[in-house]
Amino acid sequence: MRWSKAGSDDHVGGVPARYLAAPASTEEAAEALRAAAADELAVVVRGGGTKLHWGLPPRRLDLILDTHRLTGVVEHAAGDLITVVRAGTRLSELDFGTQQLALESPLPGATVGGALAANTSGPRRLLYGTARDLVIGMTVVRTDGTVTRSGGKVVKNVAGYDLGKLFTGSYGTLGLITECAFRLHPVPPARAVALCEAEPAEVGRLLAAVRAEQVVPSAVEVDRTESGPVSLAVLLEGTAEGVRERAARLEKVLGGTTGDLPPWWGTYPWPPDGVGMKLTARLSRVPDLLDTPPGTTVRGSAGTGVLYAHVTGDVGGAVERLRATAVRAGGHAVVLTAPGEVRRAVDMWGPVPGLELMRRVKDRFDPQHRFAPGRFVGGI
Amino acid sequence: MTPLQELAATLRAALGADRIVDDRQELRTYECDGLAHYKVTPGLVVLPRDAEECALTVRACTALGVPFVARGSGTGLSGGALPHAEGVLVVTSRMREIVEIAPADERAVVEPGVINLQVTKAATPHGYYYAPDPSSQQICSIGGNVAENSGGAHCLKYGFTTNHVLGAQIVTPDGALVELGGAAPDTPGYDLLGAFVGSEGTLGIATRVTVRLTRLPESVRTLLAAFATTDEAGAATSAIIAAGVVPAAIEMMDALAIEAAEAAVACGYPAGAGAVLIVELDGPAAEVAAQFGEVRELCERNGAFELRIAADEAERALFWKGRKSAFAAVGRISPDYIVQDGVIPRTALPEVLHRIGEVAAAHGVRVANVFHAGDGNLHPLVLFDAATEGEAERAETVSGAIIDLCIEYGGSITGEHGVGMDKAKYMPRMFTGDDLETMHLLRCAFDPAGLANPGKVFPTPRLCGEVPRQHSATDAPAPAEIF
Repeated sequence: MRWSKAGSDDHVGGVPARYLAAPASTEEAAEALRAAAADELAVVVRGGGTKLHWGLPPRRLDLILDTHRLTGVVEHAAGDLITVVRAGTRLSELDFGTQQLALESPLPGATVGGALAANTSGPRRLLYGTARDLVIGMTVVRTDGTVTRSGGKVVKNVAGYDLGKLFTGSYGTLGLITECAFRLHPVPPARAVALCEAEPAEVGRLLAAVRAEQVVPSAVEVDRTESGPVSLAVLLEGTAEGVRERAARLEKVLGGTTGDLPPWWGTYPWPPDGVGMKLTARLSRVPDLLDTPPGTTVRGSAGTGVLYAHVTGDVGGAVERLRATAVRAGGHAVVLTAPGEVRRAVDMWGPVPGLELMRRVKDRFDPQHRFAPGRFVGGI
Repeated sequence: MTPLQELAATLRAALGADRIVDDRQELRTYECDGLAHYKVTPGLVVLPRDAEECALTVRACTALGVPFVARGSGTGLSGGALPHAEGVLVVTSRMREIVEIAPADERAVVEPGVINLQVTKAATPHGYYYAPDPSSQQICSIGGNVAENSGGAHCLKYGFTTNHVLGAQIVTPDGALVELGGAAPDTPGYDLLGAFVGSEGTLGIATRVTVRLTRLPESVRTLLAAFATTDEAGAATSAIIAAGVVPAAIEMMDALAIEAAEAAVACGYPAGAGAVLIVELDGPAAEVAAQFGEVRELCERNGAFELRIAADEAERALFWKGRKSAFAAVGRISPDYIVQDGVIPRTALPEVLHRIGEVAAAHGVRVANVFHAGDGNLHPLVLFDAATEGEAERAETVSGAIIDLCIEYGGSITGEHGVGMDKAKYMPRMFTGDDLETMHLLRCAFDPAGLANPGKVFPTPRLCGEVPRQHSATDAPAPAEIF
């Protein structure tokens, strides 16, 4: 077990850590967290560090638990279409040959554990779902250092509570994810992309037309720069003859072309130090999210109702307006990342239903509030 | 007055007499769910008409410390809705409104008592359906599906209830109505909805459910392949998966299951088959056409001696009839039977089937095998005659041994029927004490008093204990304190 004094880079949102631990196994992680519990240390888990500036800075921080040594594929059972992967493994390093873990990170360098903890997703969530739909088992070290597992290594399994879902998207506030079992999918032999540009007012009609077509897209993405038309890109995956036929139909419906994935595909619209938001809406109201305040660009999964926005200019006003729009559309508007002064000025999370119940869950899993304190919704 | 009598009086006054059942004879009609050999007469039955009435009922239970159990249509196969003798059975059969079908949002909002198949029926005119299709879909309720995280034949491709529920209003065990998830995906905060689905009534009662509607496939093609042995059928299944095909369903039945299905519904499967596979592909017509040929070829190459391709919907329905009626059909060839539900890694299928055969032979009982071959979910039917001395015990032994095999091969003690009453005793074989304790932390967050469906899922009753409260200073700092 490697413990060291924290260096100048070992901070979270400007809050410096005192110690750094980099366990190479679940057992070592448990040992570290038992020690942290004994000393009542505040802990933040760090993977690739690509989303460390997301959420609020921790209220206090003693130990950064870094997962860069907790890596590797433990098992790949190709015939069973499953894998078990250690949490510190980078998503981009996973290679299952003719099979795939259909979980893409918009941020290069993201780890499995980080993608799960922050619940990030890529364009193909439309067909494959998000992390919660792909995780079939999870090993977690609890805040007191106890190692526990839920789920298993088979896709179909309803034994016990599905704690993998609880930990997915929990921002490291409930414990440390050390290992995950995932279901895999075959890599389709062919793909095609249907593309078009449209006026914002046309987008709703086009999205409905794509849905009506029964072509089962893997992703339906939109991109809107501050001014100008909306770019629409639809990904089809399957057999060579199948995708050709499906793409031809979509080309007709969209009045567009077939081509390659556009350069903006699967990326966030904000630069590293920008204000980035996640906007959601019920499907029929996705076009509302494209009607943006000045200085805002929007991009994302129109097929599922999950878009991302880069906000500039009057950030406070824009956040307020986007949040009002999203809420009217049945969704939410969350500020994922922002410079310190913006974080202090805006409500990052907006209204969160069920917050009282969430606090009770936090109290049970982390009674001393030592894990990523204050990083999550409602100050959890 | 006993607490139950007091509760009955309170609820009768608050909800009206027609919501309450406390007549001894009438109560007995609720004494079991689909797992009929466990029977407990409930202390009281309440039939709320809406979420408010449901919440009021739970609050009344909590106030008096009375346990409560939720029940939908009572089709569960693990005793999850087995009543509590000193408790209230909250039956959702009067909460059957389809609140909204919104095809443009690909969503439907329904009350928990709505029957699974009714959602599909309401959505089909709009070109949509509700994908999870447990065999009991003509009678099982959405609320029960949520509690059990129900699967079905088509979950190989489309996933389980948990992948199709987007939101739920629930009554927590302290009687509060809380919204989990919602109309749009990725609600901020913990995924409590994900934790709630499949919690078997131990975290509260769903009072309204938002489900995903799936676009009807353009094309559906189904084939029935007959093999001499289950080994060959298993090999064909492996070959299909290895080829990168994801069928909507791959179902297998062995000779004894086929015999039962023939006796019950005359499905006309190929004579002399030691195993049949039903393989269904769906999706865009061009994709299905391309892959269907490949599946046919793989079946033939792995020894299929007869292949039938459904020419129309009627023939497809006939293929499925044999499979979907298999559980009940076994009643034709055996006076009594146990329906088992376990999961193994799919590749272990041939080996595990042989070992099931050995165990059955050693104990002198017959086992008919029906399963979702694509995902390794076994449904062995252990046949016995309760009238024969010792046979029920031997069947129980074999049934338990099958679960041990599932665990030994790295699978699960239940793939879709749930833990309930029946399998709580097996939980410590699949999970460590620490694992169960962690699950219990979640239970305590929702239900510190342990009143929601007590005695289910967890093998031994546990107490929750107090949570030490934080000082308010560290609990809710002003943002300025951070820097």
